[in-house]
Amino acid sequence: MATTQSTRQVPLVSADAPDGDESPRGPRESRASTISSGLLMVVFAGYFLTPLWWLFVASTKRLEDLSTTPGLWFGDGFHLFSNIGDLVSYSDGIFVRWMINSVLYAGVGAALGTLLAAMAGYAFAKYTFPGRDWLFNSILAGVLVPATALALPLFLIAAKVSLVDTYWAVFIPSVVSPFGVYLARVYAAAAVPDELLEAARLDGAGELRTFATIALHLMSPALVTIFLLQFVAIWNNFLLPLIMLQDDKLYPLTLGLYAWNSQVDAAPWVRLYAIVGSLVSIVPLIIAFLSLQRYWRGGLSAHAVK
Amino acid sequence: MLSPSVTSRSGAGDGEKTMTEAATQSASLDGLRRDTIRHKGAIVGFLAPFLILFAATYLVPVGYAVYQSFQKVVRVDLYSPPTSRFGGLEQYERVLESSEFWQSILRVLELAAVQMPIMLGLALLFALLLDSPVVKGKTFFRLAYFVPFAVPGVVAAIMWAFMYAPSLSPLPVLARNIDFLGSSTVLWSIGNVLTWTYTGVNMLIMYSALKAIPPDLYDAAKLDGAGQIRIAWSVKIPLIMPALIMTMVFSVIGLMQLFNEPMVLRSVSRGVSSTFAPNMLVYATSNVPNYNLAAAFSVVLALATGALSFGFLKVVQRRAF
Repeated sequence: MATTQSTRQVPLVSADAPDGDESPRGPRESRASTISSGLLMVVFAGYFLTPLWWLFVASTKRLEDLSTTPGLWFGDGFHLFSNIGDLVSYSDGIFVRWMINSVLYAGVGAALGTLLAAMAGYAFAKYTFPGRDWLFNSILAGVLVPATALALPLFLIAAKVSLVDTYWAVFIPSVVSPFGVYLARVYAAAAVPDELLEAARLDGAGELRTFATIALHLMSPALVTIFLLQFVAIWNNFLLPLIMLQDDKLYPLTLGLYAWNSQVDAAPWVRLYAIVGSLVSIVPLIIAFLSLQRYWRGGLSAHAVK
Repeated sequence: MLSPSVTSRSGAGDGEKTMTEAATQSASLDGLRRDTIRHKGAIVGFLAPFLILFAATYLVPVGYAVYQSFQKVVRVDLYSPPTSRFGGLEQYERVLESSEFWQSILRVLELAAVQMPIMLGLALLFALLLDSPVVKGKTFFRLAYFVPFAVPGVVAAIMWAFMYAPSLSPLPVLARNIDFLGSSTVLWSIGNVLTWTYTGVNMLIMYSALKAIPPDLYDAAKLDGAGQIRIAWSVKIPLIMPALIMTMVFSVIGLMQLFNEPMVLRSVSRGVSSTFAPNMLVYATSNVPNYNLAAAFSVVLALATGALSFGFLKVVQRRAF
């Protein structure tokens, strides 16, 4: 399978080779292995994409066509837009309300959470103070506490301070991200040079200004990653809202769609809304994921910090 | 992969000394002596917002749940209101005696033993293929495999629930002949939803680790005439071991927290009881409501998950850093 490569070519393989498709990493492979591995990749691409295709196709059908037409192809006519129209007007536009709630919980929560994590991580990375490691380790222990094991204790506390069934009951716990602090510390330690901070201090810049103008900028790839991770975690959160919220006007999308899905037997027409609603709820997220994809990988690899 | 080794441990031991000295040093010495705290105000300012919220949403609830788990509700007679009393380890005894609890743990372990190796094995295979020169169209495959991760667990489960139903399935032949939602199969149907959702992100974690290996590390192997499979097995996999173990830790934590998928499938499958997964048991118990017992369940689960992932992390650190 392997053919010897001329040694002259080796130095040409740069360590900073772009993440392109065909970076030459090894000897040319046989046709058979190219074809068989290509086939495997195609088959699994089918596995990962078929459910989404099904969801899209189902969203274009009328309710009565769902079970009578083939699942993977369009039925009689293209009803996606009229279905979306029905969806957003159903039950006084409750779906739009859920959408806005999710954007608020996840968008505002992740933005605030990222800022807090950046500040804390920066402080842990760039200052020396008594009890630093003890404090950081207790936050790291927080990473180990599963979010779902926290939901019930949070509910008991929220009940004590009468926050149950309010926006705050879901929003406040969402802001706190111990893992974000960990990531921010690792990044700040590697990406913000001490010399730069000292130079800024010599120039008379205050600590806050140094952080805001220099450190935040240098940490920005990590911050996008922290934001994305937290946004997704909040957007996907289900148990906490389920425990905290009774009023369906406060529901995020996940809880709302779950509620609809549980009603399908009693109210069969909701089935189509659950399907179309699922499609509408994931499209923005898929677009955001794909367009910000490089930040995912940047965050997943510490070596992205040069 | 993220390397915890970057986080410096300097200044660990002299914490106490610094605190007492700082208290006695006058402010005029600030910044001149090495062991006074510099930028005290900034440190407090940067840390306080996070720490206050961390205390309010982690320390206080955990503390309160532990307290609740040692309480019990008693009624003196039929007409007096129920009151809370110290119950010692009573709730914990009930946790350990609960057959529903052990069954739910067993289900998760079954998934961990079967679904996790399948998912991570596939993820590793795809990551290695994407990192090798044999596959064309890498960008497309990377995106296609990763897309399911953008779908919230609840939505993924709703989608698959429809597809498991014989009347709606895109593959009617399959759905009519296999009862995906029967009591003996639904666990694996849930496993499939998990595999569908999380294979891509695990693949991406491994792929990032592979990309971070300097290509010249392969030169020696290539000069020796090693093929891609040999390089993958002897060079790449050992080098990304920390990333592999990290994905295992995340998967175990995720499985212990299993909740969304079985909750959704519960509306279409009789095979999913209200105590199917450990977290569903907590939820069902708190709905009774029996907060003391539910708190004890939460504490035991948190300890078990924490211990498991902490143990894994220790192994990673010993091996890799």
